[in-house]
Amino acid sequence: MVDVTPADAVPPAEVGEVELYHPHSWWTKYVFSQDAKVIAVQYAATATAIGLVALVLSWLMRLQLGFPGTFDFITPEAYYQFITVHGMIMVIYLLTALFLGGFGNYLIPLMVGARDMVFPYVNMLSYWIYLLAVLVLVSSFFAPGGPTGAGWTLYPPQAIMSGTPGGQDWGIILMLSSLILFIVGFTMGGLNYVVTVLQGRTRGMTLMRLPLTVWGIFTATVMALLAFPALFVACVMMLLDRVLGTSFFMPAIVEMGTQLQHNGGSPILFQHLFWFFGHPEVYIVALPAFGIVSDLISTHARKNIFGYRMMVWAIIAIGALSFVVWAHHMYVSGMNPYFGFFFATTTLIIAVPTAIKVYNWVLTLWRGDIHLTIPMLFALAFIVTFVNGGLTGLFLGNVVVDVPLSDTMFVVAHFHMVMGVAPILVIFGAIYHWYPKVTGRMLDETLGRFHFWVTFVGAYLIFFPMHYLGLMGVPRRYAELTDMTIMTDSARHLNSFISIMAFIVGFAQMVFLFNLIWSIRHGREAGGNPWRATTLEWQTPQTPPAHGNFGKELPIVYRWAYDYSVPGAKEDFIPQNVPGDFAPSREPA
Amino acid sequence: MSVILVFLLVIAGFAGWWLSHQRLTAKPWLEQGLAGDFVGFDRSALPTAKIGLGVFLAVVGCLFSLFTSAYFMRMGLPDWQPLPLPRLLWLNTGVLVLSSVALQCAVVAARKGQIDNVRLGLATAGLTTLAFLVGQLMAWRQLTADGYLLASNPANSFFYLITGMHGLHILGGLIGLGRTSTGAWSGARPERLRLSVELCAMYWHFLLFVWLCIFALLAGWAATFIDICRQLLT
Repeated sequence: MVDVTPADAVPPAEVGEVELYHPHSWWTKYVFSQDAKVIAVQYAATATAIGLVALVLSWLMRLQLGFPGTFDFITPEAYYQFITVHGMIMVIYLLTALFLGGFGNYLIPLMVGARDMVFPYVNMLSYWIYLLAVLVLVSSFFAPGGPTGAGWTLYPPQAIMSGTPGGQDWGIILMLSSLILFIVGFTMGGLNYVVTVLQGRTRGMTLMRLPLTVWGIFTATVMALLAFPALFVACVMMLLDRVLGTSFFMPAIVEMGTQLQHNGGSPILFQHLFWFFGHPEVYIVALPAFGIVSDLISTHARKNIFGYRMMVWAIIAIGALSFVVWAHHMYVSGMNPYFGFFFATTTLIIAVPTAIKVYNWVLTLWRGDIHLTIPMLFALAFIVTFVNGGLTGLFLGNVVVDVPLSDTMFVVAHFHMVMGVAPILVIFGAIYHWYPKVTGRMLDETLGRFHFWVTFVGAYLIFFPMHYLGLMGVPRRYAELTDMTIMTDSARHLNSFISIMAFIVGFAQMVFLFNLIWSIRHGREAGGNPWRATTLEWQTPQTPPAHGNFGKELPIVYRWAYDYSVPGAKEDFIPQNVPGDFAPSREPA
Repeated sequence: MSVILVFLLVIAGFAGWWLSHQRLTAKPWLEQGLAGDFVGFDRSALPTAKIGLGVFLAVVGCLFSLFTSAYFMRMGLPDWQPLPLPRLLWLNTGVLVLSSVALQCAVVAARKGQIDNVRLGLATAGLTTLAFLVGQLMAWRQLTADGYLLASNPANSFFYLITGMHGLHILGGLIGLGRTSTGAWSGARPERLRLSVELCAMYWHFLLFVWLCIFALLAGWAATFIDICRQLLT
């Protein structure tokens, strides 16, 4: 055991008080606010709103796939537009924005014991540029020709040709501009998240005392800052190809009998740039989810996280490794087999730190005092779902298995399980967990349980059959498959079943939205620390936390974030800012 | 993609060096209280704004490394015809070096508290930077007049794209320089002024470095250098 020094014996490493910006009017308090908590709610509300658009688009897609030929207004062009915008919104405008912009803004300053982000003005700009990006994206629905239908990967050359919806209209231009804006806005926010973790920590909050949520968001932000420039470069270059006729990505091409003016470009170059961003993006979404889930499990199982150090190292290792696996998305692009072998190897290696995390979550649960609260249910559902999605990832990470499966529904099922359902389960769990801090009231329990079970079981009923469809050879990216021989009766019925489940799960989300709005006024009063948690955000003098977060004095941190069920302590949790010499908690092996 | 991987390796090395000073092997579940050996592991003594700018410059570096990566990949394709660089670029480079030097002088003056010299340095830097931007535009016009249009060859496209992107970053820097100058003339607190002058200088030095790399790249020396390295390795 390390010797424990009483607090008063330490020379105070004084934390300079940040000059806090104080709002003067309603506008600067709630609209053009520089308070990270308000910005977080703005981010979350915008992401949820645009997420609803994506939900409706997925319904429309399922209408077409489940009941082909029934709905005349869903033309093949419209179907491609739905697919593209659904994917783009979910990956970038919802998941990235909600995890980093929403949870990052709310939790980082509170969890590290800061009054606000270090650059509040830039933080505010970040949100407004994000909103602008969302509006540009939405505007493409009203532009001539509609939004782009190039698929969320926007592969050239088809993305900017007349055969693709929006390719020669406004669709692709608005899409690329919106992405460029998003990246500019994100960079502003990202600087804040990183530098606040580096410089905003209160006294005693060493890196190894940070809650894993902060570790996850911090590492994901660093990755995003380094990965998004690749998308930026790809977008700028494609925009030049489309608007000014350059040939970065466009090869010589004959379209409808006319030779286009492009010449000699490389579509593969785009794929490299896109996936250099695209694969880290998976972990940009996953790492915050990993971090949040660790905290949910520890809090609701009343037990310290198993292997904290290993969890931190695994987060860092995943962050680093995720930059050298990108080409496993390009096995079918005709690359050198040795190249494919290299990327298959790195892909399998990255499973190791990920598996360590899963083991540690399970071992945290082992002999814990598990409270099956709604956040805990979502956290458990995440572990199961992530393992499921991860296992099919091992299939697809191998070149020989990926090549036949690459264009089938199997891939759709895989990435929805691992990158769609799993992180969204964490988002739900996190909302049920932190909603009492944001609003001061609990979400309704009955509605919450209904929401959980329908979402969890429903998601499996949607995506499990999709694996089967994929193994049967049902291809993805097709608007209509009725005449194909692989579309047997069972495959068609399965498709209709998936669609009906998708409507039911979507309906459950409406119940959740109702709960979110209804509970703001009618929920049960939560008090300051309803989950009896240790981290600093639950120790604020007011709930919801007031401007400046911690009242007059910043908290001083005396212990790590996971002192649950410490033998000899009065209660089963010891907040991080409570001094005192308790016997050390059980040491993880 | 090798350029960006090398760049990320440098970033990873830096991050690793920093992490190795953060006691990642600590056992936080055993350590309670404000143990004395935690002092110094809390946060960096550097001003927060400098760290923020440092992180931002890493992102900018990443951006230009990616452009360079794309440049090398596209360069290998058969339709690539290098364009002759206008002589004017040498003059522009000199002017940009001047502005960097002027800002460094301003930093020295700010540390000594000589406000007049700070103003002189800032004004010189602003003027030379504007001259650089005008020079770049003139180089563009010269090229288009000679028939090297944006879309006629990928080498031309990359030339306009990369120099344009660099110019935009310089333009953004001018906003910061403008704010610093306003402070210098309207009597900002000396320590605050010193910090903003230092931030400007840091940004300018970095963009000068980026420009030198770009210049080497566009002139073809970078490719020659890499060829030599490759031959040495094989």
